[in-house]
Amino acid sequence: MKMNQIVFPLVLALAATLATTGCKHTPPKITPINGTSPSNVSDVNNQSTLPNANPINSDANPNSTPGSTPTAGLDEFEGMIKDPAALAANTIHFAFDSAAIKKSEDSNISAVASALSGNASNKLLIEGNCDERGTEEYNRALGERRALAAREALAKRGVSPERIRTISYGKDKPTDPGHDDAAWAKNRRADFVLLHPKP
Amino acid sequence: MKKNILNLLIVGLVAVALTGVRAQETAIDIITTINVLGQTKPIPVSLSGFTGEGAEVLKFDLAVQGFSFVTPDAAQYLISGSDASSISGSLTDKFAKRVLLSRSYNGASLRRQAHAFADDIVFAITGKKGIGQTKIAYKSQPAGYGVGGIYVSDFDGANAQRITKDNAIVAKPAWAPGKLALYYTSYALDNPDIFYHSLTTGQRSKIAAYSGLNTSAAVSPNGSKIAMVLSKSGSANIWVCNADGTNLKQISHGDEDSSPTWSPDGSWICFATKHSERRRLAKVPASGGTVQYLNTTGAPNPTEPDWSPDGKWIAFTSQMHDFNVCVVPVDGSMAPAVLVEGQNPSWSPNSRTLVFNRSMGYRQVLSVLDVFTKQYKDCARATGSSSQPAWAK
Repeated sequence: MKMNQIVFPLVLALAATLATTGCKHTPPKITPINGTSPSNVSDVNNQSTLPNANPINSDANPNSTPGSTPTAGLDEFEGMIKDPAALAANTIHFAFDSAAIKKSEDSNISAVASALSGNASNKLLIEGNCDERGTEEYNRALGERRALAAREALAKRGVSPERIRTISYGKDKPTDPGHDDAAWAKNRRADFVLLHPKP
Repeated sequence: MKKNILNLLIVGLVAVALTGVRAQETAIDIITTINVLGQTKPIPVSLSGFTGEGAEVLKFDLAVQGFSFVTPDAAQYLISGSDASSISGSLTDKFAKRVLLSRSYNGASLRRQAHAFADDIVFAITGKKGIGQTKIAYKSQPAGYGVGGIYVSDFDGANAQRITKDNAIVAKPAWAPGKLALYYTSYALDNPDIFYHSLTTGQRSKIAAYSGLNTSAAVSPNGSKIAMVLSKSGSANIWVCNADGTNLKQISHGDEDSSPTWSPDGSWICFATKHSERRRLAKVPASGGTVQYLNTTGAPNPTEPDWSPDGKWIAFTSQMHDFNVCVVPVDGSMAPAVLVEGQNPSWSPNSRTLVFNRSMGYRQVLSVLDVFTKQYKDCARATGSSSQPAWAK
Protein backbone atom coordinates (compact mmCIF):
# COMPACT_ATOMS: atom_id res chain seq x y z
CA MET A 1 0.00 0.00 0.00
CA LYS A 2 2.69 2.39 1.06
CA MET A 3 4.81 1.38 -1.94
CA ASN A 4 1.93 2.15 -4.27
CA GLN A 5 1.48 5.54 -2.74
CA ILE A 6 5.08 6.39 -3.47
CA VAL A 7 5.55 4.68 -6.78
CA PHE A 8 2.30 5.58 -8.49
CA PRO A 9 2.81 9.36 -8.38
CA LEU A 10 6.37 8.76 -9.52
CA VAL A 11 5.18 6.87 -12.56
CA LEU A 12 2.61 9.57 -13.27
CA ALA A 13 5.24 12.25 -13.00
CA LEU A 14 7.54 10.36 -15.34
CA ALA A 15 4.74 9.71 -17.78
CA ALA A 16 3.93 13.41 -17.74
CA THR A 17 7.55 14.29 -18.39
CA LEU A 18 7.68 11.83 -21.25
CA ALA A 19 4.48 13.19 -22.71
CA THR A 20 6.02 16.63 -22.97
CA THR A 21 9.53 15.65 -23.99
CA GLY A 22 8.46 12.47 -25.75
CA CYS A 23 9.71 12.19 -29.32
CA LYS A 24 11.45 15.50 -29.51
CA HIS A 25 14.70 15.24 -31.44
CA THR A 26 17.70 16.79 -29.81
CA PRO A 27 19.62 18.80 -32.37
CA PRO A 28 22.78 17.00 -33.48
CA LYS A 29 25.81 18.14 -31.56
CA ILE A 30 29.31 18.04 -32.87
CA THR A 31 31.71 16.49 -30.43
CA PRO A 32 35.24 17.41 -31.41
CA ILE A 33 37.86 14.88 -30.40
CA ASN A 34 41.00 16.88 -30.33
CA GLY A 35 44.19 16.84 -28.35
CA THR A 36 42.55 16.91 -24.98
CA SER A 37 40.88 13.63 -24.39
CA PRO A 38 38.40 12.87 -21.64
CA SER A 39 40.45 9.88 -20.63
CA ASN A 40 42.71 10.00 -17.63
CA VAL A 41 45.59 8.73 -19.73
CA SER A 42 45.02 11.54 -22.16
CA ASP A 43 48.60 12.09 -23.11
CA VAL A 44 49.19 8.49 -24.06
CA ASN A 45 46.05 8.59 -26.14
CA ASN A 46 47.15 11.60 -28.06
CA GLN A 47 50.72 10.68 -28.60
CA SER A 48 50.95 8.98 -31.95
CA THR A 49 54.27 7.43 -31.09
CA LEU A 50 55.91 7.01 -27.75
CA PRO A 51 59.62 7.72 -27.39
CA ASN A 52 62.04 4.82 -27.38
CA ALA A 53 63.14 3.57 -24.01
CA ASN A 54 66.46 4.93 -22.88
CA PRO A 55 69.14 2.29 -22.37
CA ILE A 56 69.24 0.84 -18.90
CA ASN A 57 72.41 1.96 -17.19
CA SER A 58 73.56 -0.40 -14.49
CA ASP A 59 75.36 2.40 -12.67
CA ALA A 60 72.42 4.76 -12.48
CA ASN A 61 71.03 3.24 -9.36
CA PRO A 62 70.52 5.91 -6.76
CA ASN A 63 67.70 4.21 -4.93
CA SER A 64 68.56 0.60 -4.46
CA THR A 65 70.83 0.85 -1.48
CA PRO A 66 70.55 -2.63 -0.04
CA GLY A 67 69.46 -2.78 3.55
CA SER A 68 70.57 -5.36 6.08
CA THR A 69 70.04 -8.59 4.22
CA PRO A 70 70.89 -12.24 4.46
CA THR A 71 71.62 -12.26 0.72
CA ALA A 72 74.82 -10.74 -0.59
CA GLY A 73 74.41 -7.62 -2.73
CA LEU A 74 74.47 -8.11 -6.48
CA ASP A 75 77.63 -6.00 -6.74
CA GLU A 76 79.50 -8.82 -4.98
CA PHE A 77 78.95 -10.81 -8.18
CA GLU A 78 79.61 -7.98 -10.63
CA GLY A 79 81.58 -8.98 -13.72
CA MET A 80 82.10 -12.63 -12.73
CA ILE A 81 82.41 -15.08 -15.61
CA LYS A 82 79.60 -17.62 -15.96
CA ASP A 83 80.61 -21.22 -16.45
CA PRO A 84 77.37 -23.11 -17.07
CA ALA A 85 79.15 -26.28 -18.26
CA ALA A 86 81.08 -27.00 -15.06
CA LEU A 87 78.06 -28.09 -13.00
CA ALA A 88 75.59 -28.86 -15.81
CA ALA A 89 75.50 -32.52 -14.78
CA ASN A 90 74.35 -31.57 -11.28
CA THR A 91 71.04 -29.90 -12.15
CA ILE A 92 68.42 -30.91 -9.57
CA HIS A 93 64.73 -31.56 -10.26
CA PHE A 94 61.59 -30.97 -8.23
CA ALA A 95 58.14 -32.46 -7.74
CA PHE A 96 55.14 -30.58 -9.14
CA ASP A 97 54.50 -27.28 -7.32
CA SER A 98 57.21 -28.10 -4.78
CA ALA A 99 60.45 -26.43 -3.72
CA ALA A 100 61.54 -29.30 -1.46
CA ILE A 101 64.95 -30.80 -2.30
CA LYS A 102 64.46 -34.52 -2.87
CA LYS A 103 66.66 -36.96 -0.98
CA SER A 104 67.73 -38.35 -4.35
CA GLU A 105 69.44 -35.03 -5.14
CA ASP A 106 71.93 -35.40 -2.24
CA SER A 107 74.80 -36.43 -4.52
CA ASN A 108 74.25 -33.43 -6.80
CA ILE A 109 74.18 -31.03 -3.87
CA SER A 110 77.38 -32.61 -2.50
CA ALA A 111 79.10 -32.33 -5.88
CA VAL A 112 78.23 -28.62 -6.11
CA ALA A 113 79.38 -28.05 -2.53
CA SER A 114 82.75 -29.67 -3.15
CA ALA A 115 83.25 -27.74 -6.41
CA LEU A 116 82.87 -24.55 -4.38
CA SER A 117 85.07 -25.67 -1.49
CA GLY A 118 87.81 -26.53 -3.98
CA ASN A 119 88.27 -22.89 -5.03
CA ALA A 120 87.47 -20.12 -2.60
CA SER A 121 87.43 -17.42 -5.28
CA ASN A 122 84.61 -19.10 -7.20
CA LYS A 123 80.99 -18.26 -6.50
CA LEU A 124 77.68 -19.76 -7.58
CA LEU A 125 74.56 -18.70 -9.43
CA ILE A 126 71.49 -20.90 -8.89
CA GLU A 127 68.79 -20.60 -11.55
CA GLY A 128 65.31 -21.71 -10.41
CA ASN A 129 62.84 -22.84 -13.06
CA CYS A 130 59.27 -24.15 -13.33
CA ASP A 131 57.11 -26.09 -15.72
CA GLU A 132 54.48 -24.15 -17.65
CA ARG A 133 51.63 -25.06 -15.32
CA GLY A 134 50.89 -22.41 -12.69
CA THR A 135 50.37 -18.70 -13.24
CA GLU A 136 53.29 -16.56 -14.36
CA GLU A 137 54.12 -14.58 -11.23
CA TYR A 138 53.32 -17.53 -8.98
CA ASN A 139 55.87 -19.49 -10.96
CA ARG A 140 58.40 -16.68 -10.76
CA ALA A 141 58.12 -16.90 -6.97
CA LEU A 142 58.18 -20.73 -7.06
CA GLY A 143 61.38 -20.71 -9.17
CA GLU A 144 62.97 -18.40 -6.60
CA ARG A 145 61.89 -20.69 -3.77
CA ARG A 146 63.54 -23.61 -5.57
CA ALA A 147 66.78 -21.67 -6.00
CA LEU A 148 66.68 -20.54 -2.35
CA ALA A 149 66.03 -24.11 -1.18
CA ALA A 150 69.10 -25.27 -3.10
CA ARG A 151 71.09 -22.42 -1.54
CA GLU A 152 69.88 -23.52 1.89
CA ALA A 153 70.93 -27.12 1.19
CA LEU A 154 74.41 -25.95 0.16
CA ALA A 155 74.68 -23.81 3.29
CA LYS A 156 74.00 -26.93 5.36
CA ARG A 157 76.99 -28.51 3.64
CA GLY A 158 79.20 -25.65 4.70
CA VAL A 159 79.05 -23.33 1.68
CA SER A 160 78.75 -19.70 2.75
CA PRO A 161 75.41 -18.36 1.41
CA GLU A 162 77.24 -15.08 0.76
CA ARG A 163 78.91 -16.81 -2.18
CA ILE A 164 75.58 -17.75 -3.75
CA ARG A 165 73.31 -15.67 -5.93
CA THR A 166 69.83 -16.85 -6.98
CA ILE A 167 67.74 -16.01 -10.03
CA SER A 168 64.26 -17.24 -10.93
CA TYR A 169 63.16 -17.57 -14.53
CA GLY A 170 59.69 -18.83 -13.60
CA LYS A 171 58.45 -20.62 -16.70
CA ASP A 172 60.43 -18.36 -19.05
CA LYS A 173 63.44 -20.67 -19.57
CA PRO A 174 62.23 -24.20 -20.22
CA THR A 175 64.94 -26.73 -21.04
CA ASP A 176 62.29 -28.62 -23.06
CA PRO A 177 59.61 -26.48 -24.71
CA GLY A 178 57.22 -29.45 -24.95
CA HIS A 179 53.81 -29.65 -23.30
CA ASP A 180 53.78 -33.10 -21.72
CA ASP A 181 54.75 -34.78 -18.45
CA ALA A 182 58.26 -35.58 -19.66
CA ALA A 183 58.98 -31.97 -20.64
CA TRP A 184 57.44 -30.62 -17.43
CA ALA A 185 59.57 -32.96 -15.28
CA LYS A 186 62.73 -31.68 -17.00
CA ASN A 187 61.70 -28.05 -16.60
CA ARG A 188 61.06 -28.19 -12.83
CA ARG A 189 64.69 -27.68 -11.97
CA ALA A 190 67.50 -25.65 -10.47
CA ASP A 191 70.62 -25.20 -12.62
CA PHE A 192 73.98 -24.46 -11.02
CA VAL A 193 76.25 -21.99 -12.82
CA LEU A 194 79.78 -21.70 -11.50
CA LEU A 195 81.07 -18.12 -11.37
CA HIS A 196 84.76 -17.45 -11.87
CA PRO A 197 86.34 -14.17 -10.77
CA LYS A 198 86.94 -11.73 -13.59
CA PRO A 199 90.47 -12.10 -14.92
CA MET B 1 25.78 1.40 -7.63
CA LYS B 2 22.69 2.35 -5.61
CA LYS B 3 21.95 5.16 -8.01
CA ASN B 4 22.44 2.83 -10.91
CA ILE B 5 19.97 0.32 -9.58
CA LEU B 6 17.51 3.13 -9.01
CA ASN B 7 17.93 4.23 -12.62
CA LEU B 8 17.33 0.72 -13.85
CA LEU B 9 14.34 0.45 -11.55
CA ILE B 10 12.83 3.60 -13.01
CA VAL B 11 13.46 2.38 -16.55
CA GLY B 12 11.72 -0.83 -15.57
CA LEU B 13 8.78 1.03 -14.07
CA VAL B 14 8.37 3.26 -17.09
CA ALA B 15 8.49 0.25 -19.33
CA VAL B 16 5.82 -1.42 -17.27
CA ALA B 17 3.74 1.73 -17.28
CA LEU B 18 3.99 2.10 -21.04
CA THR B 19 3.25 -1.54 -21.67
CA GLY B 20 0.23 -1.18 -19.46
CA VAL B 21 -1.06 1.83 -21.34
CA ARG B 22 -0.28 0.59 -24.81
CA ALA B 23 -0.72 -3.12 -25.01
CA GLN B 24 0.82 -3.30 -28.49
CA GLU B 25 4.40 -3.55 -27.14
CA THR B 26 5.74 -7.02 -27.69
CA ALA B 27 7.08 -8.87 -24.68
CA ILE B 28 10.59 -7.69 -24.01
CA ASP B 29 12.75 -8.65 -21.08
CA ILE B 30 12.85 -5.84 -18.64
CA ILE B 31 16.35 -5.25 -17.30
CA THR B 32 16.85 -7.09 -14.08
CA THR B 33 17.15 -4.69 -11.20
CA ILE B 34 19.80 -6.72 -9.44
CA ASN B 35 23.16 -7.33 -11.03
CA VAL B 36 24.43 -10.82 -10.36
CA LEU B 37 28.01 -11.51 -11.38
CA GLY B 38 28.13 -13.59 -14.51
CA GLN B 39 24.35 -13.97 -14.69
CA THR B 40 23.02 -10.58 -15.65
CA LYS B 41 21.16 -10.44 -18.97
CA PRO B 42 22.72 -8.10 -21.49
CA ILE B 43 20.79 -4.97 -22.50
CA PRO B 44 19.40 -5.60 -26.02
CA VAL B 45 20.27 -2.91 -28.55
CA SER B 46 20.03 -2.70 -32.32
CA LEU B 47 22.70 -1.18 -34.52
CA SER B 48 21.98 0.21 -37.95
CA GLY B 49 23.77 2.35 -40.50
CA PHE B 50 27.30 1.49 -39.38
CA THR B 51 29.17 -0.75 -41.78
CA GLY B 52 32.94 -0.49 -41.43
CA GLU B 53 35.40 0.17 -38.65
CA GLY B 54 32.78 2.17 -36.78
CA ALA B 55 30.51 -0.88 -36.55
CA GLU B 56 33.41 -3.06 -35.46
CA VAL B 57 34.38 -0.67 -32.65
CA LEU B 58 30.80 -0.13 -31.45
CA LYS B 59 30.12 -3.86 -31.35
CA PHE B 60 33.30 -4.58 -29.41
CA ASP B 61 32.90 -1.71 -26.93
CA LEU B 62 29.23 -2.37 -26.22
CA ALA B 63 29.52 -6.17 -26.00
CA VAL B 64 32.17 -5.91 -23.30
CA GLN B 65 30.06 -3.40 -21.38
CA GLY B 66 26.96 -5.57 -21.12
CA PHE B 67 25.00 -5.00 -24.33
CA SER B 68 23.76 -7.55 -26.87
CA PHE B 69 22.88 -6.95 -30.50
CA VAL B 70 19.36 -7.86 -31.65
CA THR B 71 16.90 -6.80 -34.34
CA PRO B 72 15.14 -3.45 -33.79
CA ASP B 73 11.96 -5.37 -32.86
CA ALA B 74 13.61 -7.01 -29.90
CA ALA B 75 15.78 -4.06 -28.88
CA GLN B 76 15.33 -1.83 -25.91
CA TYR B 77 17.55 0.86 -27.39
CA LEU B 78 18.03 1.70 -31.05
CA ILE B 79 21.44 2.89 -32.21
CA SER B 80 21.61 4.29 -35.69
CA GLY B 81 23.97 6.50 -37.61
CA SER B 82 26.83 6.44 -40.05
CA ASP B 83 30.55 5.75 -40.18
CA ALA B 84 30.97 6.84 -43.79
CA SER B 85 33.62 9.54 -43.26
CA SER B 86 33.16 10.37 -39.63
CA ILE B 87 30.95 9.02 -36.88
CA SER B 88 27.49 10.44 -36.32
CA GLY B 89 24.74 8.62 -34.55
CA SER B 90 21.74 8.65 -32.29
CA LEU B 91 20.48 6.56 -29.42
CA THR B 92 16.73 6.08 -28.93
CA ASP B 93 15.04 4.57 -25.91
CA LYS B 94 12.31 2.53 -27.55
CA PHE B 95 10.17 2.20 -24.43
CA ALA B 96 10.31 5.86 -23.57
CA LYS B 97 10.05 6.84 -27.24
CA ARG B 98 12.78 9.27 -26.64
CA VAL B 99 16.05 10.18 -28.30
CA LEU B 100 18.68 10.05 -25.59
CA LEU B 101 21.62 11.09 -27.71
CA SER B 102 22.19 12.52 -31.17
CA ARG B 103 25.69 13.53 -31.98
CA SER B 104 28.38 13.88 -34.64
CA TYR B 105 32.07 13.50 -34.03
CA ASN B 106 35.09 14.93 -35.76
CA GLY B 107 38.84 14.99 -35.26
CA ALA B 108 41.28 12.26 -34.21
CA SER B 109 40.59 8.97 -36.05
CA LEU B 110 37.32 7.36 -37.05
CA ARG B 111 38.14 4.59 -34.63
CA ARG B 112 38.57 7.04 -31.80
CA GLN B 113 35.29 8.77 -32.73
CA ALA B 114 33.50 5.43 -32.58
CA HIS B 115 34.98 4.76 -29.12
CA ALA B 116 33.75 8.21 -28.02
CA PHE B 117 30.24 7.46 -29.34
CA ALA B 118 30.26 4.10 -27.52
CA ASP B 119 31.26 5.91 -24.32
CA ASP B 120 28.40 8.38 -24.78
CA ILE B 121 25.94 5.50 -25.30
CA VAL B 122 27.18 3.73 -22.17
CA PHE B 123 26.90 6.91 -20.13
CA ALA B 124 23.42 7.75 -21.46
CA ILE B 125 22.08 4.30 -20.55
CA THR B 126 23.99 3.33 -17.44
CA GLY B 127 25.26 6.61 -16.04
CA LYS B 128 28.73 5.05 -15.94
CA LYS B 129 31.82 6.35 -17.65
CA GLY B 130 32.66 4.08 -20.58
CA ILE B 131 35.99 2.40 -21.23
CA GLY B 132 36.23 3.10 -24.97
CA GLN B 133 39.12 5.54 -24.73
CA THR B 134 41.26 3.81 -22.13
CA LYS B 135 44.67 2.16 -22.48
CA ILE B 136 46.31 -1.05 -21.38
CA ALA B 137 49.91 -2.19 -21.01
CA TYR B 138 50.96 -5.85 -21.35
CA LYS B 139 53.89 -8.08 -22.15
CA SER B 140 54.35 -10.05 -25.33
CA GLN B 141 56.73 -12.92 -26.07
CA PRO B 142 57.40 -14.13 -29.61
CA ALA B 143 58.05 -17.74 -28.52
CA GLY B 144 55.44 -17.85 -25.76
CA TYR B 145 58.23 -17.82 -23.15
CA GLY B 146 61.59 -16.13 -22.71
CA VAL B 147 62.54 -12.70 -24.05
CA GLY B 148 59.81 -10.25 -24.96
CA GLY B 149 58.67 -6.66 -24.76
CA ILE B 150 56.33 -4.40 -22.85
CA TYR B 151 53.57 -2.94 -25.05
CA VAL B 152 50.98 -0.19 -24.68
CA SER B 153 47.76 -0.24 -26.70
CA ASP B 154 44.13 0.84 -26.71
CA PHE B 155 42.06 -1.33 -24.35
CA ASP B 156 40.87 -3.39 -27.36
CA GLY B 157 44.43 -4.13 -28.47
CA ALA B 158 44.45 -1.62 -31.35
CA ASN B 159 47.30 0.85 -31.85
CA ALA B 160 49.83 -1.32 -30.04
CA GLN B 161 53.27 0.18 -29.50
CA ARG B 162 56.30 -1.62 -28.22
CA ILE B 163 57.82 0.14 -25.22
CA THR B 164 60.92 -1.93 -24.42
CA LYS B 165 63.52 -3.50 -26.73
CA ASP B 166 66.14 -4.82 -24.34
CA ASN B 167 66.25 -8.39 -25.67
CA ALA B 168 65.39 -9.50 -22.14
CA ILE B 169 62.65 -11.29 -20.25
CA VAL B 170 60.10 -8.73 -19.04
CA ALA B 171 57.11 -9.09 -16.75
CA LYS B 172 54.15 -7.54 -15.01
CA PRO B 173 53.73 -3.95 -16.19
CA ALA B 174 51.83 -1.65 -13.82
CA TRP B 175 50.66 1.92 -14.50
CA ALA B 176 51.51 4.83 -12.27
CA PRO B 177 47.96 6.11 -11.60
CA GLY B 178 46.97 9.06 -13.77
CA LYS B 179 50.46 9.27 -15.24
CA LEU B 180 52.15 8.34 -18.48
CA ALA B 181 54.48 5.98 -16.74
CA LEU B 182 54.89 2.29 -16.09
CA TYR B 183 56.66 0.10 -13.58
CA TYR B 184 57.70 -3.33 -14.79
CA THR B 185 60.14 -6.19 -14.25
CA SER B 186 63.04 -6.63 -16.66
CA TYR B 187 65.95 -9.08 -16.69
CA ALA B 188 67.99 -6.60 -18.77
CA LEU B 189 70.75 -6.50 -16.12
CA ASP B 190 70.79 -10.30 -15.70
CA ASN B 191 68.51 -10.18 -12.68
CA PRO B 192 64.74 -9.64 -12.39
CA ASP B 193 64.70 -5.96 -11.37
CA ILE B 194 61.86 -3.43 -11.14
CA PHE B 195 62.12 -0.32 -13.30
CA TYR B 196 60.17 2.91 -13.57
CA HIS B 197 59.71 4.06 -17.16
CA SER B 198 58.38 7.48 -18.13
CA LEU B 199 56.45 7.14 -21.40
CA THR B 200 56.81 10.84 -22.16
CA THR B 201 60.61 10.98 -22.01
CA GLY B 202 61.64 7.33 -22.31
CA GLN B 203 63.68 7.78 -19.16
CA ARG B 204 64.05 4.77 -16.90
CA SER B 205 65.22 4.27 -13.35
CA LYS B 206 65.78 1.27 -11.15
CA ILE B 207 63.32 0.98 -8.30
CA ALA B 208 64.34 -2.37 -6.85
CA ALA B 209 67.42 -4.34 -7.91
CA TYR B 210 68.28 -6.42 -4.89
CA SER B 211 69.87 -9.83 -5.01
CA GLY B 212 67.22 -12.41 -5.91
CA LEU B 213 63.69 -11.70 -7.01
CA ASN B 214 62.37 -8.17 -7.64
CA THR B 215 58.99 -8.40 -9.36
CA SER B 216 55.21 -7.79 -9.42
CA ALA B 217 55.26 -4.04 -8.82
CA ALA B 218 51.84 -2.68 -7.80
CA VAL B 219 51.40 1.06 -7.42
CA SER B 220 49.29 2.52 -4.60
CA PRO B 221 46.21 4.41 -5.84
CA ASN B 222 47.76 7.81 -5.04
CA GLY B 223 51.01 6.80 -6.72
CA SER B 224 53.18 7.35 -3.67
CA LYS B 225 54.03 3.73 -2.79
CA ILE B 226 55.04 0.54 -4.57
CA ALA B 227 54.24 -2.95 -3.31
CA MET B 228 56.28 -5.77 -4.82
CA VAL B 229 57.76 -9.21 -4.32
CA LEU B 230 61.39 -9.36 -3.14
CA SER B 231 63.42 -12.34 -1.94
CA LYS B 232 66.28 -10.37 -0.35
CA SER B 233 65.31 -11.66 3.11
CA GLY B 234 65.84 -15.24 1.95
CA SER B 235 62.23 -15.96 0.99
CA ALA B 236 59.79 -14.40 -1.51
CA ASN B 237 57.66 -11.86 0.39
CA ILE B 238 55.68 -8.67 -0.11
CA TRP B 239 57.60 -5.43 0.47
CA VAL B 240 56.53 -1.79 0.19
CA CYS B 241 58.69 1.20 -0.75
CA ASN B 242 58.21 4.80 -1.84
CA ALA B 243 57.60 5.48 -5.53
CA ASP B 244 61.32 6.18 -5.99
CA GLY B 245 62.44 2.95 -4.30
CA THR B 246 63.39 4.41 -0.92
CA ASN B 247 61.95 3.58 2.51
CA LEU B 248 61.75 -0.16 1.97
CA LYS B 249 59.71 -2.25 4.40
CA GLN B 250 58.80 -5.95 4.48
CA ILE B 251 55.09 -6.44 5.17
CA SER B 252 54.47 -10.17 4.70
CA HIS B 253 56.36 -13.14 6.09
CA GLY B 254 54.71 -16.18 4.48
CA ASP B 255 56.60 -18.87 2.62
CA GLU B 256 54.84 -18.48 -0.71
CA ASP B 257 53.76 -14.87 -1.18
CA SER B 258 53.12 -13.35 -4.61
CA SER B 259 51.14 -10.76 -6.61
CA PRO B 260 50.33 -7.77 -4.36
CA THR B 261 47.41 -5.40 -5.18
CA TRP B 262 46.25 -2.27 -3.33
CA SER B 263 42.84 -1.40 -1.94
CA PRO B 264 41.64 1.87 -3.52
CA ASP B 265 42.00 3.75 -0.23
CA GLY B 266 45.63 2.62 -0.04
CA SER B 267 45.25 1.06 3.40
CA TRP B 268 45.36 -2.65 2.49
CA ILE B 269 47.39 -4.92 0.27
CA CYS B 270 45.88 -8.16 -0.97
CA PHE B 271 48.24 -10.91 -2.14
CA ALA B 272 48.42 -14.63 -2.87
CA THR B 273 49.96 -16.86 -0.21
CA LYS B 274 49.79 -20.26 1.44
CA HIS B 275 48.15 -20.95 4.80
CA SER B 276 47.57 -24.32 6.48
CA GLU B 277 48.78 -26.12 3.37
CA ARG B 278 46.26 -24.36 1.15
CA ARG B 279 46.81 -21.55 -1.29
CA ARG B 280 44.83 -18.52 -0.17
CA LEU B 281 44.28 -14.85 -0.86
CA ALA B 282 45.10 -12.66 2.11
CA LYS B 283 45.10 -9.00 2.99
CA VAL B 284 47.45 -7.12 5.27
CA PRO B 285 47.55 -3.43 6.32
CA ALA B 286 49.82 -1.58 3.89
CA SER B 287 51.93 -0.44 6.81
CA GLY B 288 52.29 -4.03 8.01
CA GLY B 289 50.28 -5.94 10.60
CA THR B 290 48.02 -8.92 11.01
CA VAL B 291 47.26 -10.97 7.91
CA GLN B 292 43.59 -11.78 7.25
CA TYR B 293 42.56 -14.56 4.88
CA LEU B 294 39.82 -14.11 2.29
CA ASN B 295 37.11 -16.66 1.73
CA THR B 296 37.47 -17.99 -1.80
CA THR B 297 35.92 -21.41 -1.17
CA GLY B 298 34.85 -22.89 -4.47
CA ALA B 299 37.70 -21.29 -6.41
CA PRO B 300 40.79 -23.35 -5.47
CA ASN B 301 44.44 -22.26 -5.74
CA PRO B 302 43.81 -18.52 -6.03
CA THR B 303 46.62 -16.32 -7.37
CA GLU B 304 46.96 -12.94 -9.16
CA PRO B 305 44.43 -10.85 -7.18
CA ASP B 306 43.42 -7.43 -8.54
CA TRP B 307 41.36 -5.10 -6.32
CA SER B 308 38.62 -3.15 -8.16
CA PRO B 309 38.90 0.67 -8.17
CA ASP B 310 35.48 0.94 -6.46
CA GLY B 311 36.86 -1.21 -3.64
CA LYS B 312 34.14 -3.87 -3.75
CA TRP B 313 35.63 -6.76 -5.68
CA ILE B 314 38.77 -8.80 -6.01
CA ALA B 315 39.34 -10.48 -9.34
CA PHE B 316 41.81 -13.37 -9.34
CA THR B 317 42.91 -16.52 -11.12
CA SER B 318 41.82 -19.91 -9.81
CA GLN B 319 43.68 -22.99 -10.91
CA MET B 320 41.40 -25.99 -11.22
CA HIS B 321 41.95 -28.20 -14.24
CA ASP B 322 42.42 -24.99 -16.24
CA PHE B 323 42.91 -21.43 -15.12
CA ASN B 324 39.71 -19.49 -14.50
CA VAL B 325 39.06 -15.80 -13.99
CA CYS B 326 37.04 -15.35 -10.79
CA VAL B 327 35.60 -12.42 -8.86
CA VAL B 328 34.79 -12.33 -5.15
CA PRO B 329 33.34 -9.48 -3.08
CA VAL B 330 35.95 -8.14 -0.66
CA ASP B 331 33.47 -8.32 2.24
CA GLY B 332 32.94 -12.05 1.68
CA SER B 333 29.18 -11.58 1.25
CA MET B 334 29.06 -13.92 -1.75
CA ALA B 335 30.93 -17.00 -2.91
CA PRO B 336 33.38 -16.31 -5.73
CA ALA B 337 31.92 -16.24 -9.22
CA VAL B 338 33.90 -18.40 -11.64
CA LEU B 339 33.57 -16.46 -14.88
CA VAL B 340 35.65 -17.68 -17.84
CA GLU B 341 38.80 -19.65 -18.63
CA GLY B 342 41.75 -17.28 -18.33
CA GLN B 343 44.41 -15.66 -16.14
CA ASN B 344 45.82 -12.34 -14.97
CA PRO B 345 42.63 -10.27 -14.64
CA SER B 346 42.99 -6.47 -14.39
CA TRP B 347 40.04 -4.15 -13.67
CA SER B 348 38.84 -1.33 -15.89
CA PRO B 349 38.71 2.14 -14.31
CA ASN B 350 34.92 1.79 -13.91
CA SER B 351 35.10 -1.57 -12.07
CA ARG B 352 32.78 -3.38 -14.48
CA THR B 353 35.10 -4.94 -17.06
CA LEU B 354 38.28 -7.01 -16.84
CA VAL B 355 41.11 -7.42 -19.30
CA PHE B 356 42.79 -10.83 -18.95
CA ASN B 357 44.72 -13.37 -21.02
CA ARG B 358 43.46 -16.75 -22.15
CA SER B 359 44.96 -19.75 -23.86
CA MET B 360 44.72 -20.14 -27.59
CA GLY B 361 46.64 -23.29 -28.32
CA TYR B 362 49.93 -22.80 -26.49
CA ARG B 363 49.83 -19.03 -26.77
CA GLN B 364 48.06 -16.41 -24.75
CA VAL B 365 45.74 -13.79 -26.20
CA LEU B 366 44.32 -10.75 -24.45
CA SER B 367 40.58 -10.63 -23.98
CA VAL B 368 38.09 -8.20 -22.41
CA LEU B 369 35.29 -9.47 -20.17
CA ASP B 370 32.11 -7.89 -18.84
CA VAL B 371 31.87 -9.45 -15.38
CA PHE B 372 28.08 -9.09 -15.12
CA THR B 373 27.06 -10.72 -18.41
CA LYS B 374 30.22 -12.85 -18.88
CA GLN B 375 30.41 -11.58 -22.45
CA TYR B 376 34.01 -11.36 -23.66
CA LYS B 377 35.88 -10.49 -26.81
CA ASP B 378 39.49 -11.05 -27.80
CA CYS B 379 41.70 -8.02 -28.34
CA ALA B 380 43.33 -7.38 -31.70
CA ARG B 381 45.81 -10.20 -32.19
CA ALA B 382 49.41 -9.31 -31.68
CA THR B 383 52.06 -11.74 -32.87
CA GLY B 384 53.41 -14.11 -30.27
CA SER B 385 51.94 -14.62 -26.86
CA SER B 386 50.49 -11.67 -24.94
CA SER B 387 49.81 -11.71 -21.23
CA GLN B 388 49.81 -9.82 -17.91
CA PRO B 389 47.63 -6.93 -19.11
CA ALA B 390 47.32 -3.89 -16.83
CA TRP B 391 44.48 -1.42 -17.34
CA ALA B 392 45.49 2.24 -17.08
CA LYS B 393 43.63 3.99 -14.28
